[in-house]
Amino acid sequence: MRYFHRLPSLAALVLLIAASSAQVTAETPFITLASTTSTEQSGLFRHIVPEFTARTGIDVRVVAVGTGQAFAIGRRGDADALLVHHRAGEDEFVAEGYGTERRDVMYNDFVLVGPRADPAGVAEAGSIQEALAKIAESESAFASRGDDSGTHRKELQLWGMADVDPAGQWYRQLGSGMGPTLNTAAAMDAYVLTDRATWLSFRNRQNLIILFEGDESLFNPYGSIPLNPERFEWVKADLAQQWHEWLVGEEGQAAIAEYHIDGEPLFFPMSESAAGRVE
Amino acid sequence: MNSHDPFTLALSLILSGDPGLFGIIHLSLQVSLSAVFVASLIGLPLGAAIALFRFPGRGLVITLLNALMGLPPVVAGLLVYLSLSRAGPLGQFGLLFTPTAMVIAQTLLVLPIIAALTRQAIEDLWEEYREQLQSLGSGRVRAIPTLLWDARITLITAILAGFGRASAEVGAVLIVGGNIEGVTRVMTTAIALETSKGDLPLALALGLVLLALVAAVNATAYLLGQASRRHMQ
Amino acid sequence: MSGLPAVAVQDPLLELRNVTFVRSGKVLLDRSHLVLAPHGRTVIIGPNGAGKSLLMRIAHGLLEPSTGAIVCRHNGAGAPRQAMVFQRPVLLRRSTIANVTHALALRGVPRRLRRSQAEQALARFGLDHLSHRPARILSGGEQQRLALARAWALDPDILFLDEPSSALDPAATKAVEDAVNVFHSRGTKIVMTTHDLGQARRLADEVVFMCCGRILEHTPAASFFENPATGAAATFLRGELVLDPHEPPTLPSTKG
Repeated sequence: MRYFHRLPSLAALVLLIAASSAQVTAETPFITLASTTSTEQSGLFRHIVPEFTARTGIDVRVVAVGTGQAFAIGRRGDADALLVHHRAGEDEFVAEGYGTERRDVMYNDFVLVGPRADPAGVAEAGSIQEALAKIAESESAFASRGDDSGTHRKELQLWGMADVDPAGQWYRQLGSGMGPTLNTAAAMDAYVLTDRATWLSFRNRQNLIILFEGDESLFNPYGSIPLNPERFEWVKADLAQQWHEWLVGEEGQAAIAEYHIDGEPLFFPMSESAAGRVE
Repeated sequence: MNSHDPFTLALSLILSGDPGLFGIIHLSLQVSLSAVFVASLIGLPLGAAIALFRFPGRGLVITLLNALMGLPPVVAGLLVYLSLSRAGPLGQFGLLFTPTAMVIAQTLLVLPIIAALTRQAIEDLWEEYREQLQSLGSGRVRAIPTLLWDARITLITAILAGFGRASAEVGAVLIVGGNIEGVTRVMTTAIALETSKGDLPLALALGLVLLALVAAVNATAYLLGQASRRHMQ
Repeated sequence: MSGLPAVAVQDPLLELRNVTFVRSGKVLLDRSHLVLAPHGRTVIIGPNGAGKSLLMRIAHGLLEPSTGAIVCRHNGAGAPRQAMVFQRPVLLRRSTIANVTHALALRGVPRRLRRSQAEQALARFGLDHLSHRPARILSGGEQQRLALARAWALDPDILFLDEPSSALDPAATKAVEDAVNVFHSRGTKIVMTTHDLGQARRLADEVVFMCCGRILEHTPAASFFENPATGAAATFLRGELVLDPHEPPTLPSTKG
């Protein structure tokens, strides 16, 4: 077996590739942040995290999942901090002792997007509740995320406020993230509730445009929660606290405000005095 | 982002030498090759042992092994996630959201393929060789390396099948890796991300790059095989 | 008991004592007794299904008998070395010479000696010019010679051959028979089955005749071919179909 000697060198090559990963991790201090897909996809973190790292030397590794999963990750202690947008869930999280405290960070808003032709006449509605009621009445196609995310929970809350129980052929529950839901809505010419940030960076609009916006009920506040070290002893509490404070402090807030796409800001920083309280 | 057709886009991505992309390519290869390596280390002798030895429940083990070839990646990912999570049994190692976790999950997916295909190949060979090997004084244990080497063509195909499975899957690495930019983002999760952002041309271009990558690995294996065969003449 | 040799054997090399083999309720080998001397060429013949191959495999240790014992003894030290060549040669997917060195490795020959011993064995059987070819692309005759060369390298005291040339053309068959004689001239005991009566006549020093799972005769070749003791053997030698396997065979009434 004269070619036997080639096997060790092939194996060595494979091991070399595998081993070269070992250096990548671990040397820079870092925290794991559980956040939502919409936040990450807006590109916000790419903008603000380098500033934070430059200031503190701490890296932020963002695991972007649906809001429901973000809370689940938090409850298992698999992250060091959360940045999500579901007030009720956040309060519960802290009340149950998983997180130390909740602070307002920023808000953006949801917009109602739909086909240019606007079959339900949503553009004339006076409030979001009226807009949704019109859609239900006309049984126009509506794409819902259906994935227990912050956006989905918001959507359900709004249907509740409109006193409509959405059901029927026209109401499509997709069980997917914001991007795929928009993709499907564009293909189906359906109405869809989306956060403005995702909409601004969404490239596959086809026939869809913003038809309704600005209602106070559509505001979407974000909260930061460091995980509780008394509950999870391995949590990098000190590093997470630095992130938390930076985020709500002057520098973090400025970084958030600075972030624009096509000249439009995606998120609006909360200052302590601003009425960031949303039910 | 741009309206280039995916092929042009794919080419320009590769030629641009974009460090982000190359980082992702590097990680994809690392994770999948490592998983295939570990799965082979375990699966080849395991498959051979199951082929050669009788034991109670053998039929069940073989059926299970064959069935696990179809283990859904997202299920494998979920199982590994629950195990490696801080709240889980292996939480103290802090492996979640690291490339190591991804290698573990992919090894779980590749191992049944290699073990099941090895078992079949070795069982067939043993049928053919048993009497002669016994006559020469080789017991079952001693025969394992002989049979594995003899079946090498089939086994390499099984290993390449395993590599194909690993580099194609997204469900497992997404859950256990978290798709963290610069840390656990691989080709498949990047494609999923760009698709969900609606940037379909980029997603498709990345898909073409991934295909080219996998083809390159297979081509390398084929050429090495040709070279060694020529060496023998 | 069947199978007693015509002459008593001093220091038998291989003995089968009261061996039977039963599978799925059928008696395939019935109370067989065989004593073989340390040298010479023993050829086992008989109709298909007589149990010749079965007997060989039990003698070589590939199968466990249902009852009875195999005693294999070397006067002097240790168990005798054995080798076997099958009807279809079983070769590994590697080069010709590698097949031989593999067998030597299994035998425990140190690595540095394997190559030269293998080369000698190949040369002995005219295969050295093929030593680096993949064994699987050799012709049928060459492959069988390789199997014999492999056995040669192991320096066996007994060489079993199960119909070694029945799949080969006449030229290759001759080469196999020459090879068998090479072993014989070195003193290796030959135990061989064949369905070719001509081959049996050419090679046998003694004949073991089997029928229906029993050893009916075990006599020196000359007397067997000239004057078989049993009716079954006589029928077989005439080239006629031998009797129904369920009838008991005719036992010798007189001994010549």
